[in-house]
Amino acid sequence: MEHHTETTEVTFHHEPSQGTKRIWKTFWILLGITVIELALGFFMYLFPDLPSFVVLFLKGVIVILSLAKAFYIVGVFMHLGDEIRNMVMTIVVPLMLFVWFIGAFLWDGNSYRTMRNRYDPSMENKTMQAPTQKKDTSVLPLH
Amino acid sequence: MATAAATRTNWWNGGRSPFNVEYGKLMMWYFLMSDAFTFGAFLISYGTIRFSQNYWPNPNEVFNAFPGAGHANLPLAFVSLMTFILIMSSVTMVLAVHEGHHNNKKAVVKWLAWTVVGGIAFLACQAWEWTHLITGEHAVMNGNALSVIGQTTTVNPWGPLADVSSATAALQNTPHNILVTLAHGQHHDMGHEQLAALTDDKLRGMINIAELHVREQGPVAFGGYFYAITGFHGFHVTSGVVINIVMLLMAQNGVFEKRGHYLMIEKAGLYWHFVDLVWVFVFLCFYLI
Repeated sequence: MEHHTETTEVTFHHEPSQGTKRIWKTFWILLGITVIELALGFFMYLFPDLPSFVVLFLKGVIVILSLAKAFYIVGVFMHLGDEIRNMVMTIVVPLMLFVWFIGAFLWDGNSYRTMRNRYDPSMENKTMQAPTQKKDTSVLPLH
Repeated sequence: MATAAATRTNWWNGGRSPFNVEYGKLMMWYFLMSDAFTFGAFLISYGTIRFSQNYWPNPNEVFNAFPGAGHANLPLAFVSLMTFILIMSSVTMVLAVHEGHHNNKKAVVKWLAWTVVGGIAFLACQAWEWTHLITGEHAVMNGNALSVIGQTTTVNPWGPLADVSSATAALQNTPHNILVTLAHGQHHDMGHEQLAALTDDKLRGMINIAELHVREQGPVAFGGYFYAITGFHGFHVTSGVVINIVMLLMAQNGVFEKRGHYLMIEKAGLYWHFVDLVWVFVFLCFYLI
């Protein structure tokens, strides 16, 4: 079959895949992961008194499962996995900024909460339920 | 084999693109990367505010309605359906791209049409969800009285549950029109006019305070973030549907057939999959955790 001869940017063409097996396999993986995520979420809903480290662990698992979904969507559906390494790196390397972005801003939010609770006790009284006491966390005192 | 040859090629010697991707497609990738940062910034800002609060609404309690199911408690059922619709439309899109590789016009048109249907179905679901949240009637504490509010960008009815004794005390200070609404919520057989004619004491007697599940008002930021981010995503879905309709018409009219390739469908496909990708994270941040 004659390939796309319209562009000079492309040196090597991919053979178009013959079957749709890979697509459907990816669909079932995505669906399966989503069902597991929902099951974990429902588990946390059914047992609201789980210790906080268990909740944190389950939420961590859900985040990792979502990243796996993102990997499959980008790698298979968007065919990024079929591109050459040079091109993949120009997309993936800038996205590494998210590591700092997420960490720094969540840390900031948490420190804001901690300081408000520490220096404005009325804040704590107004917004906290008795059973879900959140202790002063992780923010060093200002010297 | 192309891949073996590709690893042996010296990509940076000039004379060829080091990325081995058609220009338009490369630029679509870079646009999507920048869009990922836009969505990322929105979601991270939401995360910052959420981390700064002592209390945040439980998504299982906020999103528990299903069209036609009345007041049945079905946590996350409807949003699961929306997620399924979007994953499914991603599959039909990738099938359209696949058929494009084989210059199979009829199949491209068929799968694109299904993708458009999926996109419209998703938007319809979101319209229902927003309407349900905005027009919902939830009893909340408002100082020493009760109020009835929905989820908007200025009020949030999903605070901690108020204890029954303070809710009962607040009921005594609640104005007539609110009492009518509360009574109507528990006595659907009686019309608003009929209830409005009754005295306040009579109305109070009709209201079962324990069944109202009166809450404190929740963090206001919840509504603004929810509507802004799901709205921005919905806007992307809308433009994706428009792009897919244009692709559908062009394919149907044989534009790509004449061109000899369906590269345009691939670029539209990238955008559509990105919309699905963003939903994975919106779903994660607003509904799952």
